[in-house]
Amino acid sequence: MIKHASTSYTIILISVLVIYLLINLVVGLWTSKKQAQIDKAEGKGFINNYFIGGRSMGGLVLAMTLIATFTSASSFIGGPGVASAKGLVWVYLSMIQVPTAFIILGILGKKFAIISRKTNAVTITDYLRARYKSTPVVIISSVCLVLFFIAQMMSQFLGGAILFQTITGLSYIYGLILFGIVVIIYTTIGGFKAVVTTDTIQGLVMVLGAIILIVTIVTQAGGFDAMTAKLQEVTPNYADITSGGTTAKAYVMSFWVLVGIGVLGLPQTAVRGMGFKDTKSLHNAIIYGTIVVGFLMLVMHISGVFAPAVIDTAALDSTDYVVPKIMLQYMHPVVAGLFIAAPLAAIMSTVSSLLILASAAIVKDIYLNYIVKDEKKSLPQFSKKISNISMFTTLIIGLIVMVFVIKPPSAIVWINLFAMGGLECAFFCPILFGLYWKKANALGSVMSSILGVAAFLFISSWNTGHPEAVISLFGTSPIVPSILISIAAFVIFSLIGKKPDQETLDLFYPEQA
Amino acid sequence: MQHQIKTEFEKNQQIKKEALASIALYVAFFIWWYVTGYGLAGTGTPQTYTYVMGLPMWFFLSCVVGYVLFCVASVLVVKFVFKDFDLGEEAEGGEQA
Repeated sequence: MIKHASTSYTIILISVLVIYLLINLVVGLWTSKKQAQIDKAEGKGFINNYFIGGRSMGGLVLAMTLIATFTSASSFIGGPGVASAKGLVWVYLSMIQVPTAFIILGILGKKFAIISRKTNAVTITDYLRARYKSTPVVIISSVCLVLFFIAQMMSQFLGGAILFQTITGLSYIYGLILFGIVVIIYTTIGGFKAVVTTDTIQGLVMVLGAIILIVTIVTQAGGFDAMTAKLQEVTPNYADITSGGTTAKAYVMSFWVLVGIGVLGLPQTAVRGMGFKDTKSLHNAIIYGTIVVGFLMLVMHISGVFAPAVIDTAALDSTDYVVPKIMLQYMHPVVAGLFIAAPLAAIMSTVSSLLILASAAIVKDIYLNYIVKDEKKSLPQFSKKISNISMFTTLIIGLIVMVFVIKPPSAIVWINLFAMGGLECAFFCPILFGLYWKKANALGSVMSSILGVAAFLFISSWNTGHPEAVISLFGTSPIVPSILISIAAFVIFSLIGKKPDQETLDLFYPEQA
Repeated sequence: MQHQIKTEFEKNQQIKKEALASIALYVAFFIWWYVTGYGLAGTGTPQTYTYVMGLPMWFFLSCVVGYVLFCVASVLVVKFVFKDFDLGEEAEGGEQA
């Protein structure tokens, strides 16, 4: 463990954090209330407002929410920590994410925007239902989504709570309750609009946090030249692209799938393609998103590489303590409060996005489609009922996740290890091929999700249990063969299965007509 | 005066063009990243590398210059390949609540 700061330092730091959390809460609730009024005036219903914010995102908000959603605690604490041990190759690896915002918005953005407007889609499952017209596709995708999302939210909450404990010395339960409650409240009441608005604040805070960290390190080291001279001395491997033979090339290359093209298959990023206002917003978001994500990755991870010049990293129990240690040792408590708001922002923004989608999966994809009867939906009191149900569902999922963090069920812990790769194997082909390949059909989608996820879980857990006999494709991580299996399954079974009907073809591929 | 994109057909042709441009840019970044990174790093050792501001040349080119170039390329591609058009209206009667 690292030494905790004095009581007055801790009090100032926590005060800054509480103020920051309150700002998020107030802004989130206020903007969502305004959006609800606008949507009501335009005749958009509750579902459209609550789950997609009335498709009102501008360029900055779209860019920031995209980044905030896929930038988690690891970019602020775990990643820089590992970079301090592995050197510049870890920055090199993180830079694989530079073109990610471009590829997501460039490929999914406009196609999703048009189709989701035509079909009133507000979730990825809505889109899959319109494209494949298949109950198994809807059920499989909803179940995968809720399960993997709960596991991911749990690990985010846990990461944030432990960070809180490391810095303040107070039990992690307090940290969990503090920001857990705030996230759950603004997501439950405000819905998607509150999520993306707070994401924007949080994205800007992350940029500020990255600047604070690197400036602190370079100043404390006595300037850039003195710092790199010191690095040569204490971590001679920092310039080696293999970190002295410990970072294999095939391992690094695997990240082109996991955090590269695979991200096209993450429902939490893909759904942002349904929520923006117009093409101008999309174009601006592509540019802002690219600039900001590259900046965050470069600055945060290179700060980690520079860290050994100002602290003795070998004396720490874990590389996770590198960033907190720098903060406590060198930052004024107010600055430290602003800085630590950044990883908490990364955590909250990821959790809120997952929470609203998990709620959408249950209310919109399962309840409205399969449980409630059609004739009931036209009753006037149903509108009020559905808004209560939606908020209640969001609240319950949020609370379940918090309880799980206090006492984690082992199955969820296990699922979390594979959540990101699992989601990519389940959704990559159904989303991408469904948009651009006419022959894509339900059989292909179902088999691709099942076989992809099964392969990924099997190979991952086998490799964990059998380090002497790992299954691998040219030394890459399990995600690479698993995605290839899901693609092969999609193509083969789509060719075997029934062709999509004419109505679907006309809707999705009007250029063929 | 630029031609306006109005019909469904034109919109989808344009979307395809933009998707292909996105993929091309992605591949271009990958090649830059790989060649200046692994390619260049493989030609020497930390002892023999050229250093720019304390950073080895392979890193400086692949990550710092690569990032700046990609940002510039993004602006150019969006400006010259991506086109504005109407995304359509929300369908009527599809939503019950």
